[in-house]
Formats: sequence, structure tokens, C-alpha cells
Amino acid sequence: MQGRVPGPVLLEVRGVSLSFGGVHALRHVDFHVHEGEVCAIIGPNGAGKSSLLNVINGVYSPNAGTITYAGETRRAMRPHWAAEQGIARTFQNIALFKGMSVLDNVMAGRTLKMRRGVLWQALYWGPAEREELEHRARVEKIIDFLQIEHVRKTPVGRLPYGLQKRVELARALAAEPRLLLLDEPMAGMNIEEKQDMCRFILDANDELGVTVALIEHDMAVVMDIADRVVVLDYGRKIADGSPAEVRANPEVIAAYLGVPTAADDRALKEAS
Amino acid sequence: MIYREAGQFRTTYAADQRIFPILQDRVGMVLLLAAAFVVVPLTASEYALSALLIPMLVLALAALGLNILTGYAGQFSLGTAAFMSVGAFAAYNLQLRLPWIPLLVIFVLAGLIAAGVGMVFGLPSLRIKGFYLAVATLAAQFFVDWLFTKVGWFSNYSSSGVITAQPMAIAGVPIETPVRRYLLVLSIVALMALVVKNFSRTRTGRSWMAVRDMDVAAEVIGIPILRTKLLAFGFSSFYCGVAGALWAFAYLGTVEPQAFDLQRSFQILFMVIIGGLGTVMGAFLGAAFITLFPLFLNWLFHAVLRGGEVRAGLLSQLELLCFGALIIVFLIVEPHGFARLWQITKEKLRLWPFPH
Amino acid sequence: MAFFIEVLVGGLLAGVMYSLIALGFVLIFKASGVFNFAQGAMVLAAATTYAGLVDMGWSGWLAFLAALAVMIVFALLTERLVLRPLVNQPQISLFMATIGLTFVLEGASQAVWGSVVRGLDLGIPDTPLEVSGVLISKFDLVASGTAGALVVLLASFFQWTRTGRALRAVADDHQAALSVGIPLERIWALVWAAAGAVALVTGLLWGSRLGVQFALTQVALKALPVIILGGFTSIAGAIVGGLMVGASEKVAEVYLGPIIGGGIENWFPYVLALLFLLVRPDGLFGEKRIERV
Repeated sequence: MQGRVPGPVLLEVRGVSLSFGGVHALRHVDFHVHEGEVCAIIGPNGAGKSSLLNVINGVYSPNAGTITYAGETRRAMRPHWAAEQGIARTFQNIALFKGMSVLDNVMAGRTLKMRRGVLWQALYWGPAEREELEHRARVEKIIDFLQIEHVRKTPVGRLPYGLQKRVELARALAAEPRLLLLDEPMAGMNIEEKQDMCRFILDANDELGVTVALIEHDMAVVMDIADRVVVLDYGRKIADGSPAEVRANPEVIAAYLGVPTAADDRALKEAS
Repeated sequence: MIYREAGQFRTTYAADQRIFPILQDRVGMVLLLAAAFVVVPLTASEYALSALLIPMLVLALAALGLNILTGYAGQFSLGTAAFMSVGAFAAYNLQLRLPWIPLLVIFVLAGLIAAGVGMVFGLPSLRIKGFYLAVATLAAQFFVDWLFTKVGWFSNYSSSGVITAQPMAIAGVPIETPVRRYLLVLSIVALMALVVKNFSRTRTGRSWMAVRDMDVAAEVIGIPILRTKLLAFGFSSFYCGVAGALWAFAYLGTVEPQAFDLQRSFQILFMVIIGGLGTVMGAFLGAAFITLFPLFLNWLFHAVLRGGEVRAGLLSQLELLCFGALIIVFLIVEPHGFARLWQITKEKLRLWPFPH
Repeated sequence: MAFFIEVLVGGLLAGVMYSLIALGFVLIFKASGVFNFAQGAMVLAAATTYAGLVDMGWSGWLAFLAALAVMIVFALLTERLVLRPLVNQPQISLFMATIGLTFVLEGASQAVWGSVVRGLDLGIPDTPLEVSGVLISKFDLVASGTAGALVVLLASFFQWTRTGRALRAVADDHQAALSVGIPLERIWALVWAAAGAVALVTGLLWGSRLGVQFALTQVALKALPVIILGGFTSIAGAIVGGLMVGASEKVAEVYLGPIIGGGIENWFPYVLALLFLLVRPDGLFGEKRIERV
């Protein structure tokens, strides 16, 4: 994946700080994502990775700093505004709508694309029906893409963990996002599921042209799919660069990676 | 063998989005509607129509309303009866003061007024959740009760606070006989039930359920939380308001504010729980059960006592006791209510008679 | 001015009674996360049992003990038959189950003791006491004293005893408490019994003022805005909330009531609580919830 020419900067976070009471989750973090790249955010637990994503799509408002997205600079995002601007995301602890079917979950991802008023929908007639069916067709493509056709009518609460993660990705992709934020999309998966997930993410990046920022702990995966890696520790950014650069950064090794093992070396070699 | 979907392929998304994708269900629904619209009016006694079926349908409508709010949108409310009350008094006053408005329009306007009141009391739902919201809706319950009792204008300064609904007529046709009243109520309720079904398969319903299941995620995918919640409060109260108007006009004829007290709110809440949260059918099953259960209990007590004398009020107290116990039993044994039981039956039926 | 103070003090003293009911709510919510709608019905059940037995000729103390025993049995049964089977259900199911319990208690206590209004004389004189020009009811003072004593008792129980510590642990985190070997079932039975005892005391005080009757459950509903104001988990909140509700509704009734029609006591506390919630969604003393995603 490395060696691609980076596009223009799509998102830039500048000097962002965030604290809850006395806990500093982020301290003066600068972070940017180029259009079209896959950017990985790594760091030990509690380093502020999820907080960074939450700031980017407006779940949290930072205490200081600015966020520039698609040329517009703001003090803080708002979730609704972020969604309208094409930022979609998944969550660390799967935030699906448990009582709804897979199909409804993914359809919900298209909420912002639907225009018909509530009274049309009350009648389910004419334009409202046509709109539903149009979006259904789009959603079926995504369901196809992520290979979850066989469970489309199943309530998501009944699905195994790995599939739920996939449904969550489907819901995010349904919005046809420009920027996709993934919070540990592969946590708790076995190797096979991880490989599938990697493929989906890379395909989304390649074929749909979605810019991806993801948090991941599995270094092999990160080295594999990321164009660029950003390392956070104690709410501060300690490194930012290509996977190989980051891998060699002594500060990163001390804070997070530890002494390399043979397996890590192999992963590194494959990656570069 | 009879209830099978094998061989029925849905080849278009339109066919798959139908309310009843399976043929047998469609046939069943048609038969049920035919029975309700044709057979019942021809055969049912006046007593059954005006003392059982009409109140049952009206309460089912209110239960549908609460189901929109609690079952679909996940917002808890103990103020259902207050919104019924608003609907009843609004319809009465509209009819009284603007008698030239057609009856059906009056019902719609009454529903809209109730919806407005509901949305005002729904405003706090943005900041508060769960129990807090439930308690907050009690404010609606007590405030509305007080308003209609204390402010004479609403009951046209009737000394007892009781309002007498005006005789109903649509396009010059008087609607006075039980059969006509039943058909009016049935048509309105059937139509409004269809609307709920439509919501449940479009964006609006999905947004409600999304807010119910995980509001943060809903916000992140661009569902406006406050709007969605307020819409749920609005539609829910609209349904309750129309139900209240029907309660006054088609069922009792006279109403006092106390007809819509906290007990009524609980009654409707129980219908929704026993019937099944978040289902249209549950509202009807719950309403039927709660309407018929006291009759059954009454019959049972009399059968047990064999005409023996009991203290006045004892029966209603025992009824209260049984109701309470029943709710608890339901919550423990089948928290998803009758609707789930029906679904399980259907799944069994699909395999029957070869369950392996 | 003296009149205003009289109204205010009267309201505050009435508020103490609300606090008592709210205290029962808070006890149960703290230890089991159950929003016990039946607290008011428990007050009714306890008071009717006491009054019924006294009317049958029992002595006051015996009737008190018997009523206490009834409440304890009720607590044990509730734990065994309602709470335990519902243990993994969402909180809202438990809440609805307590509405069911409300009906059971109301039905049962009226079926057994009838729905007549019974007078209740605890032998406390209800003569006014004059303190620098302000009339204060002696009965209210005794009631407040009792409430205060009860609160001190409960607070020190929570603070100093082993069971109290276990209770607080359970309130913090059920699963963690279970994993260190705290017997959840026993704790629940215990708090329900304690709430039952509080209900009995409340029922006696309210009952001797209003007569023991069904309307007691209506009064008990007033405790709901109280705990909204005070926060669901705070004993101090229950007290302060009760005082606020008591005082504000009396003042509102006296000064605002004549202007807009009287009888506003019924809804004023709710509206007050509602407005308050808009500013502080977790109540005065409630724990702030930080939502994590």
C-alpha cells in the first residue's frame, strides 16, 4: 500500500485538547488525513485514540484546538454536521441497533440520503415507496459487498460478534462516506475474520474511494493496510509517518511496541 | 402444511417490502378485515358492539399511540391518558365553538392539538431519559387533569365538569346506532394501524428504533435526535388524542377529566406490555386482553361464589390484585408479550406437521 | 411576613413527610437499581395493616410489630418471586414489575382491610406551638424529628456496618459485588425490608394526619418529583428535595393558587422538577453520568 501519492489534506486536527474533569485524554494533538489514504492510529490503551475519533465526528467537543474538514475550520464538530459532511464511523464496542434487522440497520445508514417527508411515509405511497426501493437496491449492493446476504432479515442482536462488526461497517458504508473512521474494526476476531475485514476495508478504500482512519492494535494488520501511522501516548502524538518509519522510532518502541520479535520483523518486511 | 412459504419467491424489493410478504398472511388479513367490517356488524349484539368492541378498539388506538412512543422510539411515558384527555376536550370544544367543521376534520384537529401538547411535554426528553422521563410525563398527567377541572372554559362551564359529546354525523348521515359507531371507529383505527405499519418499514420508523436502541450511534449516522423524539411524541399524542376524542364521541358520549386519570395511563401501558412492545398486533391483542380479562374474572368470581354475597368493592379490589400479579407474570414469562407468542406459533406452524 | 414564614415552615414540615417516602425509593434504587413505583402502595399496605389491627383491638406496639412483620414478609416474597426471576431484564421491566406490585398491594390491602377510611391516633397532640409569632404544629415537629432520626439511623447503617458497606458496593457495581462474594439476594431482601419499615413509619405519620385511606398512595406519588430533584441515589437529596417540594408547593398554592385557580399542589412539584431537570438532568445530588462510546 505504501508509495501512493497522497491526495490533498481532507481532515486536519490542530492543537486539540480534551479533558474530562482532571483526566487529560488529548493534549495539543495535531493530526491530519489525506484524501484517499488509509491512516492508522495506534497507541497503548488509554492513549486517547477513541477520544480523537470522537472529537473528529463531534461526539466530544474539544477544550482547545480546531478541526478543519474539507476546507472548513471549526472549533468543534457536531455529530449531525459531521454525518452530513460525509464522515461515517464504527465504534469500539459495536453500536448497532440491536432490536433491528441487519437490513434495517444498514438502511438506517442511509437516513441522510432520504428526502421524502414523514407524511408520504405514513402512506407508503408513490414517491415514498419509490425512494425506499431505490435505497433498498443500493443497500443490497453493500450487503452483497460485505457478504452478509444470508442474515439480512436477522435481528443483529442474534448475530455472532464478527458478523456484527461487519454489519456495522456496512451501515457506515451505506452513507457513502468520504471519510470513514473505524474504531478497532478487528478487535476480538480470529485470523480469518481479520483477513476478511482487511479486504473489505481495502476494497472500500480502493473501489469506493473512501478515505479511512482506523484504530487498531494488531501491528501486523496495521503494517499491512496503512499508508501512514500515527502514534498516540498519554494523549500526545509521539510519532507520525510511514509504517516503516514508525516501526523504527525509538520512542514508539519504548511506549508501545516493545522489543521487536521475529514475527514482527517478518510483518515489517512484508509491509515494506 | 398449510402455513408454508416454500415456493413463494420474492423477485422484487417491492414484493419483499410488503407488510405481509407471505401469501397466507395476506389472505388471513383480508379474512380478518372482512369479518370485522361485515360479519361482526351483522351478527354482534348491541351490547357487544358498544360495551366491548368499541372501547376495545379505541383503547387499541391509544395503545398504538403509546407503542409508537415506547415500543418504537423507546421513550417511556406515563402520561398517555393526559393526551387522550386533550383530544377529547379539544374535539368537544371544536365541535361546540366551530360547529361548521366536519366531524372527521374535528378528529384530526383534536389529534393535532394533542400532538402539540405532547411535543411540549416531550421537549425534556432531549435532556432526560428512562425513569426521569417517565416521571416527567406524570407532569402532563396531573397538569392536564387540573387544567380541565379548574378552568371552566374547557367544559363550557358545566357545573359538574362533565362534557357531553355532540351527536355525530358525517356528510349529513347521523352516526348514532352502535353498528355505525362501531364501523366509524373500526375504519379510523384500521387506517391508523396501517400508518404505523408503514412507518415501521420506512425511514421514520427506523429512526425511531435507532434512537431507541443506541442514541449516540443514531446521532452519528445523521439522525436528528430531538426531531426524531419530538416526532414520536407528536405522532404518539396524535393517536392518543384521536382515541380520546373517539372515547368521548363514539363510546361514552359524556366524559369528565377523571376518565383519563393515571389509572387509564397504566391500563394502556399494560396493554402495550402484555401485547408486545413495538408491534402493531400487540396493541390489539393487549387491548382485547385487558378489556376482556375483567369480564372473565367477574364470571370466575361469580362462578366460585355461586351467587353468594360479597362486600361491595371486593371484586374490583381482587381484580386489581390479579392485574398486578398478571403483569409481573408476563414480565417474567414472556416479556415480549402476545405478539412474540404469536410469532413463535407461526414459526412452529411453518414446520408443522413435520417438525424435524 | 409572619404569614409567609408560617406558610414556609408548614411547607417544610410537610416536605419532611415527602422526604420519608422518597427515602424508601432511594434505598431501593441505590442498592438494586430498581425504581420502586410500589413505595406508595407499601405505605398504604403498612398503614392499613396497622390501623386494621388496632381497630381489631390490638395494642399499638403489637400492631406495629405485626405490620413490620408483614412488610418483611412482603420484602422476602418480592425478592424471591419478582426480583430474582427478572434479574437480567432491563431496568424498565423491573420498573413495570413494580407497577404490577403496586396493583397487587393496593388490591390486597383493600381486599383484606376494606376501603373505609380509618382514623389513626398515635397520641401526638396536634396543637399549634407559637414560636416568636409563628404558629407551628407540634405534630409536624414530632414527625420531622422521627424522620430525622430515621435518616440518621439509615445513614449510619450505610456508613458503619458491614452490611452497609456491602450495600454500597452493590450500588456501585452489581457484578463486581457479586464477584467478591456479596450475596446479592440477601442484600436485596434487606433493602426491601428496610424500605418496608420506612414505609410503615411514613404510613403511620401520614395516616394519623390524613386518615388511613387509599388517597395515601396519591400523596406518595409526590415523592417522585422529590427524587427527581434530589437525584435517585442520594439520601441527602431525598431530604433536601422533599423540603423543597413541600415548601415550594405550599408557597405556590398560597400565593399563586388564587390567581390561577387553586389546587395547583397536584402538579406544581412535577413542573418544578421538570424545569429543574432541564438545568440539571441528574438532580441536585445525583451522580453525573459520563456517557462513553
